[in-house]
Amino acid sequence: MRASSPPREGVLPRSRLSALFQALQEWGYEIIGPQIRDQAIVYDVLDRAEDLAAGYREEHAPGRYRLTPRAQQKVFASTASIHAWKRFLYPPEIKLYQISLNSSQAQIESLATPVRKRAFLGVRPCDLHAIAVQDRIFTGGVYRDPYYEANRAATLLIAVNCDEPGATCFCGSMGSGPSATHGFDLLLTEILEPEHRFLIESGSAAGEAILSRLPVTPPQEEDRTAAQDLHRQACQKFQRFVDTNELRELMYAQAESEHWEKVARRCFACANCTQVCPTCFCVNFEDSSDVSGATAQRWRRWDSCFHLSFSYIHGGSVRTSVGARYRQWITHKLASWWDQFGTSGCVGCGRCVTWCPAAIDITAEAKALGTLTRSERAHAST
Amino acid sequence: MKSEKRAKPKIGVFKFASCDGCQLTLLDAEEDLLAVAQAVEIAYFPEASRRMRKGPFDIALVEGSITTHHDAQRIHQIRRASKLLVTIGACATSGGIQALRNWQDAGEMARVVYARPSYISTLKLSTPIAEHVEVDYELRGCPIQKGQLLELLSALLAGRKPNVPTYSVCVECKRRGSVCVMVAQGIPCLGPVTQAGCGAICPAYNRGCYGCFGPMESPNTTALSDHFRILGQTPTQIQHAWRGMNAWAWEFRKASEEVKVP
Ligand code: SF4
Ligand code: SF4
Ligand code: SF4
Ligand code: SF4
Repeated sequence: MRASSPPREGVLPRSRLSALFQALQEWGYEIIGPQIRDQAIVYDVLDRAEDLAAGYREEHAPGRYRLTPRAQQKVFASTASIHAWKRFLYPPEIKLYQISLNSSQAQIESLATPVRKRAFLGVRPCDLHAIAVQDRIFTGGVYRDPYYEANRAATLLIAVNCDEPGATCFCGSMGSGPSATHGFDLLLTEILEPEHRFLIESGSAAGEAILSRLPVTPPQEEDRTAAQDLHRQACQKFQRFVDTNELRELMYAQAESEHWEKVARRCFACANCTQVCPTCFCVNFEDSSDVSGATAQRWRRWDSCFHLSFSYIHGGSVRTSVGARYRQWITHKLASWWDQFGTSGCVGCGRCVTWCPAAIDITAEAKALGTLTRSERAHAST
Repeated sequence: MKSEKRAKPKIGVFKFASCDGCQLTLLDAEEDLLAVAQAVEIAYFPEASRRMRKGPFDIALVEGSITTHHDAQRIHQIRRASKLLVTIGACATSGGIQALRNWQDAGEMARVVYARPSYISTLKLSTPIAEHVEVDYELRGCPIQKGQLLELLSALLAGRKPNVPTYSVCVECKRRGSVCVMVAQGIPCLGPVTQAGCGAICPAYNRGCYGCFGPMESPNTTALSDHFRILGQTPTQIQHAWRGMNAWAWEFRKASEEVKVP
């Protein structure tokens, strides 16, 4: 132990939140955080603490979202926002490289996007887990994604504990929230009473370095009690649950279920669920050339298992019915992800529930499928 | 590497019942237009040049729908004279906005609109090109999107597969980073059942998708009609939503006819 080890915890008054911005900016970080755009709270570049979306309330329901002002000036009032952080770590569209033909020589130019030092401010616990899931996929195995890896290495994660789960949140069931335990550089708990303040905890050397530059005071007993109370209250507020007991087996048992056709009657196969899901990673590689034929590019674009073209091989698509495509998605999220990556593919952020225009709810479907398997088993044993 | 000079592919641009907007997309290609003109011989393009050469053509770009007896014959001549036939835009691919008359009596309408209806000789229906001749590629949109046109031409010239997605507008909407207007504001949007291509422009400007690019690969129109009802749309409004630029596209047409308008 060093004699003067930097503080691991501190309390920052709400009025001094700009000090965090200043410290991050001095260290060269571009700050990405919650702000209002198009009648929703989204993550984008923030220059000042004043631009954070304070004083709003979100309403979540399957296929429905509304943002309304409220008197309380809570700064981090949103749950996981429509566009997941993967947008910055794993952009929807990148040009990987370009090949140009000069006289008779082909020149290959790699076009990996320049990496920026970024601080994600306001990462919810579910999203910390989602980022950890994608870390495992892109940096944990033999086939690594250099673009993701570079972006990720340059990113500082500033998480905020949840005290107001949204109506579509179910991290409590998936073991990924409402409070964070690891995987962050800094963790904030927003306490409103009696004084509006943040209890800040560091989780890495980089986090400690930032914390040491903030005008914080050592946490008191009442700060810790307040944080614990908020956590307890949050756990009481969930409205959605998934019974994860045997979930994988229950899902697999329904591979031939008639239930898929029922879902297909409602599902648009629009792919919104996969686009907003913080762990979904499927992409398509598209080659294009210009009219003159002098240059060709390779693009990487987000794709989805809901697309017919996604499973297209010689002779046609493998998953032609929408039911088969929904099955592929939900089974991957809740079951086969375990076989593939040793974790759940779903962290319970609720995005796919809120942003599905057809109001299809993964928790309701998981429950329906589980009930089917259970009743089939009961039937078989009698 | 090929060094010998190949003859440039000959292109013809043909118009049927349409507004010319799709052909204009080619002229609007600006800096790329020069590259196009260098890569191909634009042999027939009355909108752009008085020099009109005869076929055969390597590629025929066909705009507009078939609405007259004369059209119905001419499209066969074009097909015979062309190696590849590409339909461009909602009129050519689905019958266009003028297909709205397919639910009316064309003769009756001619009498209302024209001072001398006897001059008008028209078919009962406005139909897409593919109902008359075989079509090799189609570009959707009202109008088509410039990038897709250049992509298709580049692909045909290079002998590669064109990247023309058949999935929904929602995918482009999310890629673009827009907030869903249907979920966040309750605005009816045809995005989930409409083919991508436009870049999801309308939702980015706080409006629902109008369906300019026609039905996507597996459109669940029944579910969307149901959803529009939940959003408070009247049967008439729902029917009007389906009957736009692609009213006669089979899935949209069916959806519009399924709506029970009192
Ligand atoms: S799912 Fe949990 S962690 Fe995520 S926003 Fe909701 S309450 Fe917070
Ligand atoms: S589940 Fe919902 S969001 Fe996903 S493809 Fe179906 S309709 Fe679209
Ligand atoms: S499946 Fe749905 S709830 Fe689960 S992580 Fe993905 S978007 Fe969130
Ligand atoms: S606004 Fe329309 S196109 Fe965009 S995601 Fe929503 S439904 Fe799809």
